[in-house]
Formats: sequence, C-alpha cells, structure tokens
Amino acid sequence: MSEAAYNFAYLDEATKRMIRRALLKGLAIPGYQVPFASREMPMPYGWGTGGVQVTAACLTPEDCLKVIDQGADDTTNAVSIRKFFERTAGVATTEHTAEASVIQTRHRIPEQALTEGQILVYQVPIPEPLRFLEPRESETRRMHALEEYGLMHVKLYEDIARHGAIATSYAYPVKVEGRYVMDPSPIPKFDNPKLGGNAAIQLFGAGREQRIYALPPYTQVVSLDFEDHPFEPSKADHDCDLCGAAQSYLDEVITDDRGGRMFICSDTDFCASRRADGLRGRLSPEEAA
Amino acid sequence: MYVATKGGERAIEAAHQWLAEARRGDPAVPELSIAQIREQMTLAVNRVMAEGSLYDPDLAALAIKQARGDLIEAIFLIRAYRTTLPRFGGALPVETDEMAVTRRISATFKDVPGGQVLGPTFDYTHRLLDFALMADGDAPQAARKPAETQPVPHILQLLDRDGLMEPLTQGEATPPDLTREPLEMPADRPLRLQALARGDEGFVLSMAYSTQRGYGRTHAFVGELRIGTCAVEMEIPELGFAVEIGEIELTECETVNQFTGSKTEPAQFTRGYGLVMGQSERKAISMSLVDRALRWDELGEENTGAPAQDAEFVLYHCDNIQATGFLEHIKLPHYVDFQSELELIRKLRRDAGAETCKEAAE
Repeated sequence: MSEAAYNFAYLDEATKRMIRRALLKGLAIPGYQVPFASREMPMPYGWGTGGVQVTAACLTPEDCLKVIDQGADDTTNAVSIRKFFERTAGVATTEHTAEASVIQTRHRIPEQALTEGQILVYQVPIPEPLRFLEPRESETRRMHALEEYGLMHVKLYEDIARHGAIATSYAYPVKVEGRYVMDPSPIPKFDNPKLGGNAAIQLFGAGREQRIYALPPYTQVVSLDFEDHPFEPSKADHDCDLCGAAQSYLDEVITDDRGGRMFICSDTDFCASRRADGLRGRLSPEEAA
Repeated sequence: MYVATKGGERAIEAAHQWLAEARRGDPAVPELSIAQIREQMTLAVNRVMAEGSLYDPDLAALAIKQARGDLIEAIFLIRAYRTTLPRFGGALPVETDEMAVTRRISATFKDVPGGQVLGPTFDYTHRLLDFALMADGDAPQAARKPAETQPVPHILQLLDRDGLMEPLTQGEATPPDLTREPLEMPADRPLRLQALARGDEGFVLSMAYSTQRGYGRTHAFVGELRIGTCAVEMEIPELGFAVEIGEIELTECETVNQFTGSKTEPAQFTRGYGLVMGQSERKAISMSLVDRALRWDELGEENTGAPAQDAEFVLYHCDNIQATGFLEHIKLPHYVDFQSELELIRKLRRDAGAETCKEAAE
C-alpha cells in the first residue's frame, strides 16, 4: 500500500463527515442506534471495521492512539489495527491508557479510570441488544421506538427461573438515561459499571451492521436487573498472579496439562504499570539482579 | 515461569511473508500473468467483478492472483479498493435492448425475432475431463458467421403487447445507492436488485433453488437470457450531452412467472429480473427467481414464510464479504468473553451442587 495515495486516516473527508454526523446524532440521543453508510474497509467485517471507521473519523494529527483487544495491546488484531493507523494517519501511538487521547477497544474497558477529553471507541459485532430475542431489524427498531422492552425482562426473568441467576456474562444489556436499552458490546459484565458516569466520550461502531451509537461523558447507564436479583459484576475469584491486583478483570492461563493454571490481568498496561511500581503477585518472576 | 506472549507484530510479518511464498508455489513452475488469468479464467474474473461491484478485468485478475484463487478473498480486495475511488457521477441506464449479444436464448418461444444464439456455453457439453488440456495445444478456432444486423428486441416486450405481461413501470426517483446509504428495511425493488446483483452467487443460487423446490414457489420460465456487451454512456455537464465512455459485458435474465391474479391484480404473467456484470448466467437466473419471490407483497401474493420471500433474511445475508468477515472473526481472541462464560458456568454448577446437597440432607 502506498500511504501517500490515501487520505489522512484512510477515509476520504466526505465519508468522515458522514460518520461524524452519525456520531453527533448518537451523542445527542445516547444509546440510540444511528444507521450509517459503513464503508468497505481494507480489513474484514467483524474485525473492527466499525471501530476503525469511528476512530478514523475522530483522529486528528495531534492525537495519540491506543488500541487494545481483550484488554491487551499485543493481541494480533490490536497490533494490526494500530499499525493501520500508524501507516495511514501517522499518529503517535501508546500502550499507556493515561497517555492516549483515543483508545480503540474490543471487549474491554481499561482498568484505569478514563478522564475528560479521552475518547473510547468500541468495536461492536451485533449492536442490537434485542437481536437474539427478535431477529428482524424492522421489529427491533419498532420495539426501541415504542420503548417496548418487556421481552428483554422476560428473558432475564426466565434465566433466573431456570438457572437461579441471569445467564448473561458478557454483552450484558444496559439502559441509558432511562430510555434506550443498549448493547455495551461484548465486554464482560465486570466492565459494565464503568460505562455509566464515565468522564470520557464513549463511541460504538458496528461496521457490518451499519450502526453507530454513543454515550456522552457522565451519562447514566444502568445494567438491567431485578430488585431481588440485583446486577452483579463478576470476575475470577483470584488476584492477579503477576501484579497481585485484586480488583482487575483476569484472564485464566492454562500452564500445563495437569490442571495447572494462573490468573493474570487482561489489561496488560494496567498489569505492567503495577509491576513497574514494584507490586508483585503469587507467581511473579524473581527480580533480576 | 510464565511469560505473556509478545511479538504479535513479528508473527504477523512472518505469516505474511510465508503467505507470499505459498502464493507463488513452486518457483520452478512459471508464474501466472495477469493477462493469463484475465483471458483464461474469464468466468472467475467475471464473478469477482460482479460481486466486487467493479468492472475492471485486469484488477479482478490481479485480485484473483493475489488471493491465490480464493474468489471471495479476491472480491474483498476489489471491494476495499472500490470504496476508495472518487465518484465522478452516474452513467445513464444501459440499454440492454441494444446489447451486442454473444448469447441469447429463450425457453418460452421456439423462434424469436433476432434468433436464438447459443454462444460460448457449457450447455450440452458432456462433462468429461478433457485430458488434452493437460498438454499445450493450439488455440482452438470456432466456426464464424457474420453478426446479426437485425435488432434483438426483448422477448417479454412481445408478450407485453398483448397485455398478458405485467406492465413495467418507470420509477421516478433516482435509485438509492447501496454502497452510499445503509441498507434499511423495507427495501424497495431497486435496492433489492442492487443487493442481489452483488450478492454471493452460491447464496443467491440456493435461495432460487429453494423456490423451485416449493419454498415460495413461483414457477419461472426463462423468457430470455442474453449475454453481450452494452455501451455505457454518461452525461458530461460541460458538453450538455451524453458520450459513450466504454463498453461492459452483461448477463441479463428475464423470467416469466405464472400469476393467477389477486384482489388487486388480474391474471397475467409477472416478471423476475436479473442483471449481472460479465458472463454469469447462473447468477443472473438465480437473481431473477429470487427477485420474483421477493415481490410477493407488491403483487398481493401470500407470504408462505419461505426464506426467499423474506427480504430481510435474503438481503442481510447475501453479501459474502459481510458474511465471511463475521464468520471468520470468531477465530480472533475471545479470551475475555470466554472467561466470563467460564465464571458463569462454574457459578451455576456450584449453586446447583449446593442445592443438590441440601436436598440430599433433607
């Protein structure tokens, strides 16, 4: 690819303008899914094309970009997307949450609290929270318009009746400002409490499904639940074996074929920063002399 | 001691180098040229142009070479390139009436003005492997005959004159552009046809086949199938008139479907329409069957719940680039979601176990 042949951040300005309009509309109606004319990107649908288009529409040459997948900066697709913007936009990139002005993410919200002025861009596979209850787009749009969310509550209730608990562990539906039920993208429900009252702008891009939605800073976001079955964020009942963090979301790593396993922070920057500060976990490597 | 995996970037680079090597194959075998693919893999090139929505045989051939012959990958390359191209404007509608036909057949009439032309078809070939093609041979020569000079009118127009055919209505609005507007339901016919024209050949074929087997049956006759080249004309604002900017090869299929009438429409024949870039008659016929099946509503027919009658189902699932991207994305890491599912399953089992113990104790 000859980078000079493409516009800044790959997309042409008219396309960026179209996306920005959708973003502004999304910010004006938090949680509402705005249809947008998603473009064919040079990476496959389902691999973050929505997030990439939103990021491209937000980036300015002064921005500093962080890309994570599963909380990690070094997962292959995060590497690939970061490289894409290094080549097409030439922006600075970072692995440190605090240094980034734009963070594109798949499946996680960084552990470190975001601040005003930061933008968090989510990659969204299925933007419609009602999709698996009602496959028809024409129906689900009507349900949102009429605020007809009974089906969702029935589903959650049936979960409790059948399993004793709500059997949704990721992409856990939320209600935004008391109006729209929204899919937070497949983040673990552990991350749901970070959606609400967040200082950063949160933007959601679904490329294949041609939808954009948004949460302005400090938006009220409530995970759906019942009074007698309150929402419970959950994580593995361990501390990080590398940095000792007790309150971070953990990946389970299988270390041998005899049931050996360890738990490590899924947010690699969070874990590395803690270790740099001298914090240690159960299985931390010994200090190199 | 566990060390987190690093070096994704190096792994990606090495994988791509390996891919390039594998693409080339045995270097002792001469490399394929783009011209060879364009000239000798024409139907693959045509499919890539049609589903890539870009009429450029050289680029399609390049995409096929780069994609190691994976046509969906090649279509993807073309689509991604196409999006970056500036739009100068829209061409005038192509006049398929004036097509220079290389193939033109009708299954509804034995003889028709303009004649039946078989053209370069696989029809009536016996599907026996031709081992002679394994050796280099001379370029074969077909018998020649001067091109027809008489006009080749659309056959359905002839039925139209007798009023037996559903009349064609000229739409007023500029048709929507699927590549510039999000696909929203309900989709009108121009939008449906656009989606089908770039839809996956296999998907559209299977949908069409399902209508033949009874899922939304609309028995179709191929009124006419024609393949040939058409001039593409464009209005140039500075000139004030249309000029020909090139020629494209098209496959057009019009089906005639029996229709016994409904509350709103008298008994008559109705139409299904397919138009595909390049020579791609399987796709064009399939498209016309699916188009007809999707028209149940406007014709006042019964919706039997057949998949091919369901515009939302057909249109949202016919694009192979969307489908393959989403399908293949499940090979990306899902550690986080999977971990949350692990927690949930463990919790549910723990709770169930506690319950069983309690019951046993009681």
